[in-house]
Order: sequence, then structure tokens, then C-alpha cells
Amino acid sequence: MAVLDILTLPDERLKQVSAPVTAFDDALRAFIADLEETRQAGPSAVGIAAPQVGHFQRIVIMDCSLTRKPVPNHGRLVLVNPEITEWDGHDVGREGCLSIPDYTGNVVRAARIKLSAQDPRGDSLSFEMTGFEARCAQHEMDHLDGLLFIDRVVSRRTDLFRRKVYK
Amino acid sequence: MNNWYMLTLVGADRTGITAAVTQALFDADMNLGEASMLRLGGSFTMMLMVSGAAGADAVVSAVEPVAHQLGLKVHVDAIDGQLHEHLEPNVHVTVSGADRAGIVAGVTGALADAGLHITDLSSDVAGEASQPVYIMQIEGQADTGIDALRAAVTARVGDAMDVHIRLIETLLG
Repeated sequence: MAVLDILTLPDERLKQVSAPVTAFDDALRAFIADLEETRQAGPSAVGIAAPQVGHFQRIVIMDCSLTRKPVPNHGRLVLVNPEITEWDGHDVGREGCLSIPDYTGNVVRAARIKLSAQDPRGDSLSFEMTGFEARCAQHEMDHLDGLLFIDRVVSRRTDLFRRKVYK
Repeated sequence: MNNWYMLTLVGADRTGITAAVTQALFDADMNLGEASMLRLGGSFTMMLMVSGAAGADAVVSAVEPVAHQLGLKVHVDAIDGQLHEHLEPNVHVTVSGADRAGIVAGVTGALADAGLHITDLSSDVAGEASQPVYIMQIEGQADTGIDALRAAVTARVGDAMDVHIRLIETLLG
């Protein structure tokens, strides 16, 4: 087990597109253990993607179970080769990134998604996610395609009005 | 540590103000930090953190020619602030309703009393000239929780304005 170095802007490697995982072996699982140790070692990140530590395979870890105000979530997830199969609605939310210290911005994301992936042994997984957890999955999966949230930031001054009334 | 100056410029809006001002600062070997530039009521307003100057007078001298040419008022202050002092907001407030006197004072007074530290506020007047609508977006930091903020605003402005207060849960990923 090891805490890995996190790539930070302006490291060009953050723009690299990651390759699908094809070998579900002990090396993969050892890397996932290191990635999780890295996520937990830093500031309280709800997610981390393999390319953030310079490992360009399609692997994401996320855990939305510890937010200040509880949100619907599936606990800690290791997603290998994740794909979003359905999108619905949109919401504005605030994001920051381990790879972009000392900056946050508002980003529009799909409010509800369906997602398929594989677990570290190659078995199929599927989830329906909403709200914060769906946002987290989209943020992390962007890393797999070399995209950062700053590529999607919308102006703080034109924050969209909420259509729903929150009680 | 850098010595930072806050440079404020205001003048009738036109194309090219940002480019001309920032080029003048660059030509004088000065650097920019955080900045806010926006159009308010037909004026263009700029507030820029500037470093690399020998003093406030040097900042004024650097921008004076373009300010004169573009009709901009200039103001410079030395500041204690530095970069990387962001205060992360955890509350977002939206206020809207028919425009009337005292909206900002009423709402922000109630929020301040309830413990909200405002980090960003922008307001606009929309609608028709005969029926103006006031819209305000506030971000800030509060430890008190949003129920206390809501109660404070409701007690102060009642139903006169549409007020929505929500938590900002910043996703770090």
C-alpha cells in the first residue's frame, strides 16, 4: 500500500484519455488499494480517478456517504470501465478538485444518471444515481476523458434559478 | 510576500477597456492577482489585485495614460491581502421580487445577524422599467445552519420577497 502523488494543473497529463481495463488481476486490485489510500490521505475527497495519480486506466473510486447533509448514495464504490447509459435533468453545483487546489466553481451536471461498470474482479455493476452522487460520478468520469471541471464552469453571476422549492 | 494594491477603474463601457488596462500594467512589469470586472448600468467596473509596483503612485502612473484615453476614473490602495485566502462559501441565497427600497439592507441585515459572512453578492434589476424586479444572488459562509438563516430573513422581510436559501455542498473529487 502506498499514497500516490496527485497530478495538479497545469500538468498536461491530466488531459490524457485513459484506456479501458482489460486485465482484472492482482496488479489491478493492488493499484485500487493504493488509489483508495491516496483518496483518504488528502483533504476529504468524495472521489478520485486513476489518471489523477498518473495511471491512465478507466478506474474511479467514490464515496458520497459522508456529506454534511446526507444525500442518496450507494456507499463506497470502485468503478472499473464506467459508462453512463442514461442522463436526465440538470442541476448546478459547486465543485473542487484534488488536481486544482484552491479553486472551486459552479458546474452544470445531469441530475439523474444510469451507470454501468465492472467491479475489480470484472463482474458487471449497474447503478441509478441522483444529485450529489450523480455529480460525483460525472466529475470523476470526466477525468477518464481528460476533462477537468474548470472546462465546464459556469459564471457564479448567472447561477440558474432552482425550479424546485426546497423545504 | 508580494505587496498588493487594489486598483479600481470605472468608466463608460466600451470595447477594449480590459485589454488596454491590462496591457499597460504588463508593460510596466506589474502582475495581476484576483480580479472582478463587470458591466454595471452602462459603466464598466474593474477591481484588480496588482503586484510588482514600487508604490500606489506607480500603479496610478502605469494606467493613467490609458485611463485618460478611455475616460476611466482610477483609484489605488495598498492592501494587506494576499492570494490563496479564499473563504469557501457553504450557503447560497437567492432573493427576488418587485423592486422596492431597502431590500438589500433588510435581507443582508437579517443574514448578518444570523451569522452569515457574505463572500459574494451580485444583484440586478430586471423586468420592465414600469415594473422592475430585483434579483440578488448571495454566497457566504455560516456555521449556524440554514434554518436559522431562513427564520431570520422571514422575520425581517416576511413574504415581501421570494427568498431561497440552500446549502452549498462542495464536491471535492
